[in-house]
Amino acid sequence: MTAKIVDRVMTAVFYLIAALLVVLLVGLLGYILARGLPKLSWTFLTSPPQSLSAGSGIGPQLFNSIYMLFLTMLFTVPIGVGGGIYLAEYARPGRLTDTIRAAIEVLSSLPSIVVGLFGLIVFVYYTGWGYTLMGGALALMLFNLPLMVRTSEEAIRAVPHEQREASLALGVSRWRTITDVVLPSALPGIVTGAILTAGRAFGEAAALIFTAGMSTPRLDFHDWNPLSPTSPFNPFRPGETLAVNIWKVNSEGLIPDAKEVSAGASAVLVIAVLLFNLMARFLARVFYRRMTAAKL
Amino acid sequence: MTDSLTSAPPRPVWVVDRWSETRALEEAEDRAVSQPAAEGAVAIETRSLNVYYGDVHAIKDVSLKFYRHEITALIGPSGCGKSTYLRSLNRMNDTIPTARTTGQILLDGVDVGRPDVDVWALRKRVGMVWQRPNPFNKSIYENVAFAPRFHGVRKKKDLDEIVERSLRAAALWDEVKDRLHESALGLSGGQQQRLVIARALAVEPEILLLDEPASSLDPVSTAKIEELLFELKKRYTIIIVTHNMQQAARISDRTAFFLNGELIEYADTKTIFTRPSRKETEDYVSGRFG
Ligand SMILES: Nc1ncnc2c1ncn2[C@@H]1O[C@H](COP(=O)(O)OP(=O)(O)OP(=O)(O)O)[C@@H](O)[C@H]1O
Ligand SMILES: [Mg+2]
Repeated sequence: MTAKIVDRVMTAVFYLIAALLVVLLVGLLGYILARGLPKLSWTFLTSPPQSLSAGSGIGPQLFNSIYMLFLTMLFTVPIGVGGGIYLAEYARPGRLTDTIRAAIEVLSSLPSIVVGLFGLIVFVYYTGWGYTLMGGALALMLFNLPLMVRTSEEAIRAVPHEQREASLALGVSRWRTITDVVLPSALPGIVTGAILTAGRAFGEAAALIFTAGMSTPRLDFHDWNPLSPTSPFNPFRPGETLAVNIWKVNSEGLIPDAKEVSAGASAVLVIAVLLFNLMARFLARVFYRRMTAAKL
Repeated sequence: MTDSLTSAPPRPVWVVDRWSETRALEEAEDRAVSQPAAEGAVAIETRSLNVYYGDVHAIKDVSLKFYRHEITALIGPSGCGKSTYLRSLNRMNDTIPTARTTGQILLDGVDVGRPDVDVWALRKRVGMVWQRPNPFNKSIYENVAFAPRFHGVRKKKDLDEIVERSLRAAALWDEVKDRLHESALGLSGGQQQRLVIARALAVEPEILLLDEPASSLDPVSTAKIEELLFELKKRYTIIIVTHNMQQAARISDRTAFFLNGELIEYADTKTIFTRPSRKETEDYVSGRFG
């Protein structure tokens, strides 16, 4: 009898928690979108910011965010998946492995502001680059690698051992077994890790303020040469992302419409993260199907 | 279908030559080519084989010869080391960090247990099928084509041919020929097991190791697999672990009885089942224990 009551109470509690989470999410999204959406327009999305007068746009920042995301994923995914492969397939239990795991744990618990300061010393001063998108991307990588390594490792470990045995028993090498049998099966999990990582990269501000700077030089969007200083594709130019811009406009902005601009930018940020999420899942599904013939 | 099975095994022309690395193995290959296997030739043999898992002594000093174009059954109670012994023949125990093997494994008279032997080449010659079907998470076609492609077959036409030949040899072609590019995980358990056999045949092995290949299957699928093994023994040497005494008696030419990691008795299947020389064997095959 009591067991039954406890059962009912706990069920109710869990339902309540679930409902609370949904309410929180809907409320937050609703608030951000309701405030930001009316502000959105093609001009807002494409025009440059103003420093003193109203009518700022977020064009360069939107571009910077996407480009920075691209750069950081370019480093984070291969290195992260590589680390996951190492830990799941090659690392033998022992001191070395324990040390690596501990290092990953510590890295993942570093506050992003500390990563930013480290980036300032290494990527800005030590390298002599100054504030650059590249420095920002590397700082984001440091801060996201642990998550990427851990999710890849888990996804790779979850592939049944029999799959590896089957491949090895056919005389297939260990490396080809990993790339052609294990990784395709682990792909959905790895993609989930990449999406989580990307979301954090997109929303990160503290680590970027000190590494990628808070302003963008005048960009010529017709200049596609990544070596030219006015090219948007030059990774060694400074540039603030949307998240940094929101912080800047609110904290030290002199423009009269700071509230509207940051509301609009926030909405764009949220929508961009959602879009990225959907796109990554879609691509992953296409790849997964191609590699495994499975219907997901 | 019988065509491809009754003809003499063609030398796989597409085999990537890794043998040059090991002189001894190269010589063995030459011998194998120049002298077609006589009736009763030994295909693979172990001498004083011991396998340890850490401190557990799982296989104790087992010496056994397996003959070409025969089916040999390994029987014995659970935990007696049948799987361990089978897995040592294609050195799959190498993939278990705690496992250690001593003694000799002679394939065509050449010790392939030595650490310097190319295990990939060995495993290509000694295929394996497990108790639980373990097809790759890939299409039916890719399951079969994957290993040949790794071993050097590039042309689509050649791969198509290998896939068809292997699936026919595993008596699966007619059931899957219209769905080659669908996921293998959508097949029934019995079909998956035949696919795993086709996958093993695709690299043209000489020996097939089967670890209770039918124990997770229904009687109809089991009968199909047994029929298939009968066909396959014309071209391959088959070593099968089974818990099913009727199955061992039905399909095998010779039977080896294991107990606690030791080989107790090895003889013609008929002898083992009708007048075994050891008391333990008699008790086991008559169902008095195990
Ligand atoms: N990976 C392993 N690590 C440690 N010990 C193992 C391992 N695999 C098997 N063993 C041990 O080795 C012995 C033989 O096991 P094995 O699986 O070869 O038996 P088996 O005859 O195939 O049994 P079954 O009929 O149940 O499949 C057992 O005592 C088992 O516990
Ligand atoms: Mg077993």
